[in-house]
Amino acid sequence: MSESSPVRSPDNPIRGKLKVFLGYAAGVGKTYQMLVDAHQLKAEGIDIVIGYFEPHGRKDTIAKAEGLEHVPRRIVEHRGTRLEEMDTDAILRRHPQVCVIDEFAHTNVPGSERNKRWEDVMVIRAAGIDVLTSLNVQHIESLNDQVWQVTGIRVRETIPDWVVQEADDVVMVDVTPRALLHRLERGVVYAPDKAQRALENFFTESNLTALRELALRQAAHQIEDRREEEQVRSPSPVIPRLGSPRKERILLWLTADPATAMLIRRGRRVADYLQSTCVAVAVVNGSSIEERAAIERHLNFAKNMRIDTSSIEGRQPAAAVAEYARRNHITHVFVSAHVPDLHRLVRLLRDMQVTIVSERIR
Amino acid sequence: MSCREFVRPNPDDLLRNLEEQDAQSARGRLKIFLGYAPRVGKSVRMFDEGRRRATRGQDVVVGSIQTKGIEAVQPFITSLEVIPCRVIDREHVLDVDAILRRAPHVCLIDELARDNPPGSRHAHRWQDVEELVAAGITVLTALNLQYVAEQQDAIERITGRRARRSVPQSFIHSADEIVIVDVPAEGLVHNGGSGRLEAHQLSELRELALLLAAAVVEEQLLRYMKAHGIRQSWGTQERILVCITPHTNARPMLESGARAASRFHAQLFALYVHRGDLTREAQETLDGFVDYASKLGADLQVLHTNQDPIAAMLQYAREQRITQIFVGRAQRSPWRFWARDPIECLIKAAEGMDVRIFPSTQPG
Repeated sequence: MSESSPVRSPDNPIRGKLKVFLGYAAGVGKTYQMLVDAHQLKAEGIDIVIGYFEPHGRKDTIAKAEGLEHVPRRIVEHRGTRLEEMDTDAILRRHPQVCVIDEFAHTNVPGSERNKRWEDVMVIRAAGIDVLTSLNVQHIESLNDQVWQVTGIRVRETIPDWVVQEADDVVMVDVTPRALLHRLERGVVYAPDKAQRALENFFTESNLTALRELALRQAAHQIEDRREEEQVRSPSPVIPRLGSPRKERILLWLTADPATAMLIRRGRRVADYLQSTCVAVAVVNGSSIEERAAIERHLNFAKNMRIDTSSIEGRQPAAAVAEYARRNHITHVFVSAHVPDLHRLVRLLRDMQVTIVSERIR
Repeated sequence: MSCREFVRPNPDDLLRNLEEQDAQSARGRLKIFLGYAPRVGKSVRMFDEGRRRATRGQDVVVGSIQTKGIEAVQPFITSLEVIPCRVIDREHVLDVDAILRRAPHVCLIDELARDNPPGSRHAHRWQDVEELVAAGITVLTALNLQYVAEQQDAIERITGRRARRSVPQSFIHSADEIVIVDVPAEGLVHNGGSGRLEAHQLSELRELALLLAAAVVEEQLLRYMKAHGIRQSWGTQERILVCITPHTNARPMLESGARAASRFHAQLFALYVHRGDLTREAQETLDGFVDYASKLGADLQVLHTNQDPIAAMLQYAREQRITQIFVGRAQRSPWRFWARDPIECLIKAAEGMDVRIFPSTQPG
C-alpha cells in the first residue's frame, strides 16, 4: 500500500456503502437526522435495521427510533460490570440491506472481538450491508492537534482519516452554536448536572464555532475528493481542474520525540490534501531502549494512518535520512523542529523541499 | 512558549449575555438557512424552527411562504399566524408595514432573493428584511446559493446558468447566524427537483455552499474573539504566505502556494521585504515575481524596513494568522552581512507555523 489515498473497495465489489452524518458536537442532531433518513429508506421498502443507537435519554431521538427494527445489543462482562455493545454477529446473521450504527469513533469494551466500532463497520460493509453512521469532526485523527489548539481538549477517541475518507457520502448536520447552547440549557442534550459540566468544559461559543468551521471545511473537502475520484473513473470534459504538474512524494522523519505524533498527523493531512504519496522513515541505531520503544510507537501510529514505514540505520541520522530520501525519489521531507541535526538535514537537502512542522501552541 | 492571553469565559455568563443581548439590543437577529440547490429542504428547516419556537412560547408569524412546493411546508405552518404578502403587478411583496405594526418577536420569510416591483419602498426583499431586523424583529429566512451575488460567476461556470436576481454576500456575512442545509447530491438527482443538474454539478455547488458557510463562521469566530479580547490565532482556515526575494526561485514557490491554496481552500499571501535599492536586474526579476503573484491571486504586500527582515516577515505572518510560510534558498547569498543562515533563524522563530523551504533551483 504505497498509495496515500485509499482506493474504494477495489477488490470487493459487493462491499456496502458508507454514509457519514458529520457534526461538531453532541446534540447537533446527527442521530436524529440519521433516523429520519432511516425512516425514509424504510418507507421506500428498503430492509433497514438499527444496529446500534445511542439515545442519550433524548426524547425526540428516542421517539424517532420507534417503528424501526433494532438488533439487540450484546452484553459484555468487564471487571464485574455488565456493559452493552453492538452485536456485530447478530447484524451479520440478520443481514439487512442497510444498518444504522451510531458513534463511528466509539471504542469497544476491552475484550470485544474488535477494538474499534469502525472495525465492526468494516466487517459489516464487507458483507454487503450499507451503513449509516454518525461522527463528530473532532474525532478525526489528523485534526487532533488543531482541535486541541482550538478547544484545549485532547480528544482520545480518534478515527484514522482513511476510514472516514472511505465514506461514499458525508452529510453535514448543522445547527448554530447558539441553538446548541439553548438546547443544552433546556436539558435536551444532557441531564442537568452533566449539562453544567459540558457547558464549563467544552460547550463554549468559541469552541463550538471553531469546531463547526472545521466540520464545514472537512465536509467540503470530502465532497471535493469524492467528486474528483468519480471524475477519474468517468472523465467528464465539463470541469477543467488545476492540475498537479508532478506528483509529490512526501517523507516524514519519525524520531522518539513526542512531537512526532503531531508531525505524522500534519504530514498525513498535507499529503491527503495535495494528493501526494506519503511514507515515513526512522533511524533506529544508537537509540536507548526507551527511545526505541517511542520510535516503535510512532512507526505503528504511522502505519495505522496508512503511511508506509521503514526503519534504517546510519551513524549520522540526518545524513541517513537525506540518503534515504534521495534513493526513494522523495520531493518533500517533513520533520519536526526538534529533530537532532535539523540544520544539517536542511543543508543536506538543498535540492528538495523541506517542511519544518512547528509545534501547535495554545 | 507564548503566554496564554485567553481567559475562558464562564459559560453561565456567556448564556446570560446571549439572552441579554437578545433582550436589550434594539435590533432583531437575522438567521439565514442556506441551501446549495432548490429542494434541499431549507424552507422546511426554517418553518420547522419557527413552529418549535412558537411551541416554546415565542411570538412567531409568517411573513412570506414560497409559491412553489407549498405542500412541503404546509404541515409546519398550520398553527402559525400568516401576514399575507401583497400582490403588486403579480409580484409577491412583503407587507412590511403590516409586519411592523404587528411587531412579532420572530418573522419567517421564505425566498429571500426576491425583487420588489418598481415603486416599492425597497428594490429588494433583503432590504425589507434589513428594515424588519433594524426594527427589532428577529427574522428567519431561507436562501439558495445561486442568488449570492459574489458566487454567481463560479455558479455560472459550474451550471452554465446564472440567476437574474441576487443578494449581496455582505448581507449574508451580516447575519447573526447561518445554517447550512445539506443533503447528498444523489437524492436530489433522483427526486428530479434540482433543475436537471448532474450529480457532479450539484456536488460542486454543495462544496461552494459549505465553504461560504465556513467563511461566515470564521468571521463570526474572529468577531467573537475580538469582542472577548482573545488574541490567539484560532481560525481553522489554512493561510499560506510565500516570501519572495529577487534572489530566490520564487516561481515554483508561488505555483506550489497557489496549488496548496486551491487544495486547502486556503488564502494565499505573498510578501516582499524591501531593505534598500536593488540592481536593475534584481528589480526586474522581482517585478516578474510580483506580477506572477498577482496573477495567481495572491494577496501581495511589500514591507519597507531597515530592520531584521526575518522579524518583519514573522510579524506580518502573525498579523495575518499564517499557518504555512514558504521561503526559498537564495541562489547567491544576499545575506553576506549575516553571521547565520537566515533560514535557520526563521525556523527557530516561526512558532506555530510550518516553514516550507524550497530549493534555489528546480530539481531536474
